[in-house]
Amino acid sequence: MFKWFVTWFHRFGSPPHFYRLAGRWLPWLTTLFVVTVIAGLYGGLVLAPADYQQGESFRIIYVHVPAAWMSMFIYVVMAFCGIVILVWRMKMAEIVLSCSAPIGASFTFLALVTGSLWGKPMWGTYWVWDARLTSELILLFLYLGVIGLYGAIDDKRVAARAVAILSIVGVVNIPIIHFSVEWWNSLHQGPTVTKFDKPSIDIRMLIPLLLMALAFQIYYVIALFQAARAAILQRERNSRWVEELVKP
Amino acid sequence: MKRLSLSQAFWFLLRRDLLLAMRNRAELANPLLFFVMVITLFPLAVGADPNLLSRIAAGIIWVAALLASMLSLDSIFRSDFEDGTLEQLLLSAHPLPVLVLAKVSAHWLVSGLPLLLIAPLLAMMLGLDSDAYGVLLLTILLGTPVLSLIGSIGVALTIGLPKGGIILSLLVLPLYVPVLIFAASAIEVVSSGLPATAQLSMMLAFLFLALSLSPVATAAALKMSMS
Amino acid sequence: MSVSEFFNMGGYAVFVWSSFGLTFVVLLLNWWLPFRQHKQYLAKLKRQEMIKSREEKQSHDASS
Repeated sequence: MFKWFVTWFHRFGSPPHFYRLAGRWLPWLTTLFVVTVIAGLYGGLVLAPADYQQGESFRIIYVHVPAAWMSMFIYVVMAFCGIVILVWRMKMAEIVLSCSAPIGASFTFLALVTGSLWGKPMWGTYWVWDARLTSELILLFLYLGVIGLYGAIDDKRVAARAVAILSIVGVVNIPIIHFSVEWWNSLHQGPTVTKFDKPSIDIRMLIPLLLMALAFQIYYVIALFQAARAAILQRERNSRWVEELVKP
Repeated sequence: MKRLSLSQAFWFLLRRDLLLAMRNRAELANPLLFFVMVITLFPLAVGADPNLLSRIAAGIIWVAALLASMLSLDSIFRSDFEDGTLEQLLLSAHPLPVLVLAKVSAHWLVSGLPLLLIAPLLAMMLGLDSDAYGVLLLTILLGTPVLSLIGSIGVALTIGLPKGGIILSLLVLPLYVPVLIFAASAIEVVSSGLPATAQLSMMLAFLFLALSLSPVATAAALKMSMS
Repeated sequence: MSVSEFFNMGGYAVFVWSSFGLTFVVLLLNWWLPFRQHKQYLAKLKRQEMIKSREEKQSHDASS
């Protein structure tokens, strides 16, 4: 099992293999994504009953919550890649890290915008300094920092090591920031009615949510593979396998 | 040639940086002036109502301290980077995190400590509750070293960039959030007559965490930047 | 439930559909932009390779 994992890791770690594997997997992943997302949307928009408090507006949960989950998950993936980069200097981890940042930033952006679109009917305004929205906003700044730093350094191998350090520093800080913001919020607003988490959620509401979360995960892999293929080609343009690939 | 022990190297570097800072007094005064001026701008912008000012005094002072500390960050490594001293430090036999800690300590003594000295004056001008003066100084004492330590990571990451300044603020300011929250809240809580033990212990925890982790990250970032 | 009721979303149509619409647009862009970039880059490399091989052939013909 371990040996299998190591060989798999090494094969995935080599850019030409990754390039080919990703190209082969993409159609399958896309099919899987379409099936899951249709099932999730049908379940969430049609089958799930309306919420007894929020009515139909709660259906925003099916894009808001998965986007928020992904925004945090992708940052953790980036920090993991950061460790791999600093320890093993693996090229593929550099590509995964740099390609993940824009995807993570757009999920964070989506979580923020859908959160405020949900807030308008619930709170009466588009923006309140709610703990989760505020820490999501700070997470967006962290993502923009990673993207900005990566873009600012011309040598992309050096840039990858820089953002590796930055994302590890960020991942250590995220729980502290989140905790501080939550504490700050409870101090300033009193116990807000947290309309996002319910003691119990109807199973007909929960299953579509999990399906949408799964769909977003698959989407992340698709978008990552797509971006990684472009990045690999660009980086390895002078290598022999690319020359062979483009040979007429 | 005699080899320096680790603690000797630490003190030597600290003294050298302080000496260099003392020779360049204009640079020393800039962050302080900036701090005072930002605070002067606030009454002009929000009005001179004493009640309002004393209510937001803690927040103003801390936001200004944050910005002033960020403004002075670049000087931690800039001149050493330009004249090649930094490369020598990287080549030295001593562990780099310790040397980094010496440089950051010197930076704090030069940029953080003056804020501590001038803060009571500004607090008085903003009409901060007189009970809160002690806590204000305590938060600055505990908080500004954390700002310098976190900031040093950002500076080390952007040192080689021609326009590192703008990106530095993007990297560093989000990481300053916890310090800002706890410092401002400690002062506010004390002004309303409650003890701020929880906030201050949190800030102490941040300080120890930053002291132990950030020199390592800064050292790694410096090695990356100089490679 | 009728179709118009479904699209009305109990009066929250603006919020619900703009959330879903925006998500769709952002996800589509994130998928499409790297897709296009990859395609363009591949085409560019192929073009360069073609030019190179043609030049090699010509110089080969000229020398022989």
